[in-house]
Amino acid sequence: MENINTVRAINGNHKEAVVQIKGMKKFFGKKKVLTNITMDLFKGENLVVLGKSGQGKSVTIKCIVALLSHDEGSLKVFGQEVKGLKDDELKLLRTKVGFLFQSAALYDSMTVRENLEFPLTRVLRSTDMDMINQRIEEVLEGVGLLGAIDAMPSDLSGGMRKRIGLARTLILKPEIMLYDEPTTGLDPITSREISELILEMQKKYKTSSLIITHDIACAEITGDRILVMNDGAFIAEGSYKELESSPNDLVSSFFK
Amino acid sequence: MTGKINNVLEETGNQMQFMSGFFKNIFRQGFEWNEFIRQCYIIGYKSFSLVGITGFILGFVLTLQSEPTLKAFGAESFVPSMVAISVIREIGPVIIALICAGKISSSIGAELGSMKVSEQIDAMEVSGANPMQYLVVPRILACILMIPVLTLMADTLAILGGFTASNLGGHFTFLLYFNKAFDALTFSDLLPSVAKTVFFGFAIGFIGCYKGYNSNRGTESVGVAANSAVVNASLWIIVLDAIAVQLTSIFAYS
Ligand SMILES: Nc1ncnc2c1ncn2[C@@H]1O[C@H](COP(=O)(O)OP(=O)(O)O)[C@@H](O)[C@H]1O
Ligand SMILES: [Mg+2]
Repeated sequence: MENINTVRAINGNHKEAVVQIKGMKKFFGKKKVLTNITMDLFKGENLVVLGKSGQGKSVTIKCIVALLSHDEGSLKVFGQEVKGLKDDELKLLRTKVGFLFQSAALYDSMTVRENLEFPLTRVLRSTDMDMINQRIEEVLEGVGLLGAIDAMPSDLSGGMRKRIGLARTLILKPEIMLYDEPTTGLDPITSREISELILEMQKKYKTSSLIITHDIACAEITGDRILVMNDGAFIAEGSYKELESSPNDLVSSFFK
Repeated sequence: MTGKINNVLEETGNQMQFMSGFFKNIFRQGFEWNEFIRQCYIIGYKSFSLVGITGFILGFVLTLQSEPTLKAFGAESFVPSMVAISVIREIGPVIIALICAGKISSSIGAELGSMKVSEQIDAMEVSGANPMQYLVVPRILACILMIPVLTLMADTLAILGGFTASNLGGHFTFLLYFNKAFDALTFSDLLPSVAKTVFFGFAIGFIGCYKGYNSNRGTESVGVAANSAVVNASLWIIVLDAIAVQLTSIFAYS
């Protein structure tokens, strides 16, 4: 990939990178999943990683939060090398990074309220019930689901689960948000609503976001900048407009 | 061949690591009391009827089976003590532990396995919470507490079952039966057998949690986790029992 550093030029000024990845590789046994990942996520931007399924998108963001550990290369979050962080340093870092799973991963034995309480009582170890209730209501109102506060996750539709998952992540006020296929499995209208919600929440909480998707509509709505991934490496970078007219078949196939 | 040995060593290593994770997290600040009590309820209270019926029938059948033999020797007055000793020393703890392996290990394995597959455990970890502390510690501790309680209850019901069976022939009054049963028992019968049920409880909870927590991706792995939890927990129970019998015969009955 030619010019990853020209991004700084696109934005006109020098930006701070909150996630910096250089030459990251990941193997599962003999299988090479990530061959060479090099990218920066700049403060305040919405970066989309576009790629077909099975290309290693989820593996990449799981490495960022150390759910998987990469084999080679460097991966820094807030300037700290993630590999080799001590337990409590890693925990601190994870509270600053929100992760929305593809399946939303709601705790299905708990109500929506308990799902949202969990990070506050188990991570922040907060016992102030007024503060807890206030934050839960605020964040549920933000995703437009205050009415579902006492529902069980199994009673919610796919789109609603995504919203609650987003609320549960935002309740810790993360500085970086990682979205794993936020619109996959949803109908086009709900997909659009979720994409717009991501944008709205990014403005409200001032997060830097990395959005992984194969949904071009979601990429168009949410992305300030798009990276295209193929076979464990990035093959193109640019804005939606720039990539739309790309001569590379692998890139332009997304836009058809 | 070396591949197989490697696998076994790797599995053992992983289990050791999981075990040390469990012990470290017991004493971490913020013990999950509510979750512990909820698990005691699920693991203990919800197994009462299964374990109770099993215990009762155990004593009942044992009495019916041994009575004719002992009668042939004119020793039917030893039936209560024989049933009490064999149930409390050996049959009660082992049978109840095996039944609980089937009921409890498998359900813990399936529950944690499905949480793993649906990324709930990853989500907990990524949010900065500690899934070991919230999910694993309360379950294992609840098993360690509840399996001995369930076994003691089953022992009591087994003696009651024995009395019922004897009484079909009208040999004993209630008081006489219980006097005979408990006369033969000493503290050195009860203590080692309760001690071993503590280890059985640990095996049941630990294997269930380990298999569920480390299940693979893909939905079929939930079934695999539940199944291998039962198989491995049963094996652990049999092996632990063999060790316990050796130890008690050295220390307690010599
Ligand atoms: N934990 C794992 N163990 C083994 N292989 C994995 C694991 N996670 C992902 N893979 C493999 O890595 C490849 C990339 O997966 P993934 O990152 O999930 O793709 P996607 O781009 O669709 O998110 C796939 O071939 C998948 O089978
Ligand atoms: Mg994926």
